[in-house]
Amino acid sequence: MKSKLLAATGIAAVAAAALTGCSGGEPEASCTNEIVNPEATQVSVWAWYPSFEAVVDLFNESHDDVQICWTNAGQGNDEYTKFSTAIEAGSGAPDVIMLEAEVLSSFSIRDALVDLSEYGAGDVAADYTEGAWKDVSSGDAVYAIPVDGGPMGMLYRQDILDEYGIPVPTTWDEFAAAAQALKDAGAPGVLADFPTNGRAYNQALFAQAGSVPFEYDNAKPTEIGIEVNDQGSKDVLAYWQGLVDQGLVATDDAFTADYNTKLVDGSYAVYIAAAWGPGYLGGLSDADADAVWKAAPVPQWDPANPVQINWGGSTFAVTSQAKDPEAAAIVAKEVFGTEEAWKIGIEEAALFPLWKPVLESDYFRDLEYPFFGGQQINKDVFLPAAAGYTGFTFSPFQNYAYDQLTEELFAMVEGEKDSAAALDDLQASLEQYATEQGFTLN
Amino acid sequence: MTTQLTTAAPPAPAAARPTRRSGGSTLVRRRQRWGWFFVVPFLVVFALFLIFPLCYAFGMSLFTSTLATGTDFTGFANYAKAFSDPLFMEGLLRVLAFAAVMIPAQLLVALAAALVLDSLATWVSKLSRLLIFAPYAIPVVIGALMWSFLYSPRFGPSASIFGLVGLPTPDFLASDTVFGSLVNIVTWQWAGYYMVVIYAALRSIDPSIYEAARIDGANGWQTATRIKVPMISSSMVMVITFALIGTLQFFTEPVVLRNIAQGAIDAAYTPNMYAFSLAFSYSQFNYASAIAFSLGVLVFAGSYVFLFLTRKQSGLK
Repeated sequence: MKSKLLAATGIAAVAAAALTGCSGGEPEASCTNEIVNPEATQVSVWAWYPSFEAVVDLFNESHDDVQICWTNAGQGNDEYTKFSTAIEAGSGAPDVIMLEAEVLSSFSIRDALVDLSEYGAGDVAADYTEGAWKDVSSGDAVYAIPVDGGPMGMLYRQDILDEYGIPVPTTWDEFAAAAQALKDAGAPGVLADFPTNGRAYNQALFAQAGSVPFEYDNAKPTEIGIEVNDQGSKDVLAYWQGLVDQGLVATDDAFTADYNTKLVDGSYAVYIAAAWGPGYLGGLSDADADAVWKAAPVPQWDPANPVQINWGGSTFAVTSQAKDPEAAAIVAKEVFGTEEAWKIGIEEAALFPLWKPVLESDYFRDLEYPFFGGQQINKDVFLPAAAGYTGFTFSPFQNYAYDQLTEELFAMVEGEKDSAAALDDLQASLEQYATEQGFTLN
Repeated sequence: MTTQLTTAAPPAPAAARPTRRSGGSTLVRRRQRWGWFFVVPFLVVFALFLIFPLCYAFGMSLFTSTLATGTDFTGFANYAKAFSDPLFMEGLLRVLAFAAVMIPAQLLVALAAALVLDSLATWVSKLSRLLIFAPYAIPVVIGALMWSFLYSPRFGPSASIFGLVGLPTPDFLASDTVFGSLVNIVTWQWAGYYMVVIYAALRSIDPSIYEAARIDGANGWQTATRIKVPMISSSMVMVITFALIGTLQFFTEPVVLRNIAQGAIDAAYTPNMYAFSLAFSYSQFNYASAIAFSLGVLVFAGSYVFLFLTRKQSGLK
């Protein structure tokens, strides 16, 4: 009897896990920040930016009609899980939510986001680069206002490369040669890491060789084009498989404690990173005090036709549960729409602005970064990278696509299959999933 | 034979009750009202937190929602899909493999430790008992996190240990070794708990039986295998049932380890993890309910079959 009850409790626990949605909406959110004008319309916001409180205060002090009530509901997937549950439950979502560009389609297909083109998104479109705007749009619909971006560059350890007399690679061929030279010289570390769980990072590497994995337009929500095994992706992956097989790069999972340690202790001489990478590095403890970090453009396949890529980047979207979408849209458009707010974002939170008035300002271009020994990394690397970025389309089941990508890359690194087979298998599994989910394949 | 000694039930007084209840005097009715007063809080909680969620989840599992086409009533289609879904079936086979390895391992460690501690009577045994139990007192998540650091090639001690003997450091998180790494964590965590259960059962045996055994010329090994183990078989059945249910619902340790070994531990590594990923990563709440419900039924059936097969040893008839 006891065990029967135990089994039943077990079932209930599993069921309850699937069911947290029925716990209902949260009570009227309690704000982390102070409300300056209690009379004004309050807009609840979920965001995880460091130092966001100062930005919120700035907004509230400068707005009589709308006030932000801010909560940090966790970073990335933690927040998405809560949001996803709130959508399923029909209540409990905030009015405005911080989302990475890569998950916008996954939420818009569930009718969780408001099309901001009806709430004056067009008024601010000119403030953003073409690539940034494409990332938040699908057809004519605009699902979010861009905030920060992740144009990619190459961060490297000047001291290590100098020690072994290796020039800074500018192409992927030179990159492979540098990796070989480092190994031949008997260096204790390797040139770089190839993380099989790199998700958006790996996808960006493929995109540099022309991969357009998904074609998706919200105007035709049941149609999708999938092509993850194009020649560009296959060439890129064959290149990395070569480096892995010869032991020239590490294959540690990204964002683990091991990886973080190796990033800062010199085990990797190069960190292919987004513009937020320096902030990430700076936040890791036990950094090597003698390390000399520099930033350079990301290596190219064809130096005559450089291709810029992007890794990550966040946006503000208005949820379909917003009580006052008009007021919520004002928050999404204006919270990072001032130079003062961006000064906080850049200097306190290491954000890379997509808002042109700051992006194109002399202040941002000439900013010197102590972490890089005073190098003007925006001028040298990230501004050209951001300017050359033309946008990217993610699938409406991006989490699934990433999980499958990780598995296939891991199988390749473990020697179970070669790079071309890994991508073909990925294509097959994504096509099958899309069909099961009711999509028509283009 | 010996089990009858410990499990003889007291004569049930139930037979006398119905006649009294049918009397219907005001006193009895008042007593019954008070009975309800005590039972209702439990019933409310039971209905609210067990019956209602179960029904809700079951109801959800009868619908199918896809990303592109919305939600439809599809009856048992999700269940049919689940049992032809290779990810779910692979996960099931994997937890069965875990059960086949992990339960005997936990049981042997727990039994051996309990038998040794039972025959010692010094302060060492008290201290050892506490130490063996300690891993259970550590929250599962913390235990798994701790092991994920021990397994780490960088932070863990394995590099220096294997370096001493001149062997290459094994990768505990590769696809073919992660199974053993997980078995190790779970055994470490739970053997102490089961040891305490078995130890308590051993202490409840009447010492005069040992005396009789000694007079009959039994040595320590014979006393352990012929007397102690058979006499605590009902506790052993309970321990195995706990371990079986726990293993079939394997979740926390692989989820924690997945943070550092995403390739080796995929999102559908165990059925519970699969249900979780489906619901919260892929937003397929309906299919996730069906998977969770199927697993629940299988766990229930599995424990029922096990208890049925061992009803003689456990004293449950």
